[in-house]
Amino acid sequence: MADNVQETPLLDELEKGPWPSFVKEIKMAAKRNPMAVDLLGQLEKSYREKIGYWKHGGIVGVMGYGGGVIGRYSDLSEEFPNVSHFHTMRINQPAGWFYTTDALRSICDIWEKHGSGLTNMHGSTGDIILLGTSTDHLEPVFDELQKIDFDIGGSGSDVRTPSCCCGQARCEWACYDTMGACYDFTMAYQDELHRPAFPYKFKFKFSGCPNDCVASIARSDLSIIGTWRDDIQMDEAAVKEYADNGMDIQKDVVDNCPAKCMAWDGTKLEIDNSYCRRCMHCINVMPKALRPGKDRGATILIGSKAPIVEGAMLSSVLIPFIKMEPPYQEIKDVVERIWDVWCEEGKNRERIGEFIQRVGLGNFLEAIEVEPIPEMVAHPRENPYVFYEEYYEEDDEEEDDES
Amino acid sequence: MAKTVDEVADAMYTMVKDAQGMKKLKPMDLTKAMIEMYGDEVDKKLCKEAIKQLVNSGRCVYTYFGGSFLELPHREGAAND
Repeated sequence: MADNVQETPLLDELEKGPWPSFVKEIKMAAKRNPMAVDLLGQLEKSYREKIGYWKHGGIVGVMGYGGGVIGRYSDLSEEFPNVSHFHTMRINQPAGWFYTTDALRSICDIWEKHGSGLTNMHGSTGDIILLGTSTDHLEPVFDELQKIDFDIGGSGSDVRTPSCCCGQARCEWACYDTMGACYDFTMAYQDELHRPAFPYKFKFKFSGCPNDCVASIARSDLSIIGTWRDDIQMDEAAVKEYADNGMDIQKDVVDNCPAKCMAWDGTKLEIDNSYCRRCMHCINVMPKALRPGKDRGATILIGSKAPIVEGAMLSSVLIPFIKMEPPYQEIKDVVERIWDVWCEEGKNRERIGEFIQRVGLGNFLEAIEVEPIPEMVAHPRENPYVFYEEYYEEDDEEEDDES
Repeated sequence: MAKTVDEVADAMYTMVKDAQGMKKLKPMDLTKAMIEMYGDEVDKKLCKEAIKQLVNSGRCVYTYFGGSFLELPHREGAAND
């Protein structure tokens, strides 16, 4: 098979340097898989001619599902027949990306048997991405994956595969069980995950603390980020130890606090917790001395997206604090009200954040039956156009009385 | 009297068939049309079941062209034979 690999001078440039190279990996796969050989050929041609030769979209999928398979065909099927079909499959990853080696081997064996053998661990949604197979092999792959307890993930206008950080499994900062919540939401919304019924995609991401290792605030329509509502826990002896070991607490910690809620007099660190913004900076710098508070839960934020149809957006606060306890019914009720309104009024390919911008935060909150609160103001001088009707009613009554 | 899943599925199938090649319909378009057509005799849950039946039976398929739609099974334009 290796003899069939064509000259790829442009792709070879991407093998240079000390970092991993996808070209190197495709060349390794090309030693045993003809799809990888033709993939290299088509890619080199694309680089040379500065033209993409993939046709995307369409009707490919597995029976009953509307998501999880991304149809892709080559425009150069005569020149590169082995990548004539090159569909991608998105597979729902385990929460926190914990695998046994047996599970990984089984997935790779299935993919070497039915596809190109090329994988992307993991895609930006968090799924296991299996790259390159033909339409005939989609159902057999699906059947074999089900036998080892894996299912296809989301794509298209549906709930995308929820993802989370490793949470309490490995991280001491996790303020709630991200993996438990992610699994619970994944199972609760199987129908919405496999059967696209929304105006556009909807992503859940669960982060255990404000460090937000899965970047939920930048990438998910509903960000569930762990936080606390009492005081930061402090070990004063450990603070002193940091200072004795040469840390400049004033410069490295206090001056970098975005809320300016900390003070250091050279011997004692003080925190005005009422002003703390839960940014985690001080905790990250002095992990032995500071910890999140004990009254833990999550902040729910809404509306972020990467720039596809329109520009990038960050999530903004919807619920400042909520306890994260199974079965998370309070959150699910809000989510379902959001979907109802968005499905009813949303335009095709309009993400929830864009929808809120279009209809106005006040109208949106009224429709989902959530009271507006100051924490929802996304940035200084933002006018969220919230009208408090009770004040109008009071004013009207006063006017009536005066007249 | 409330409509059955079969009745709603049949009505949806007719809509998809009539629109084939002219307009791509999203599942929510069908749901809204059914609610408009049958009023209180249907609800969103029933429409969801009807869509599930259409897809599971193979009478309709999900397609993706920038968004997800429901269409009759057909030979894909982009497909290479």
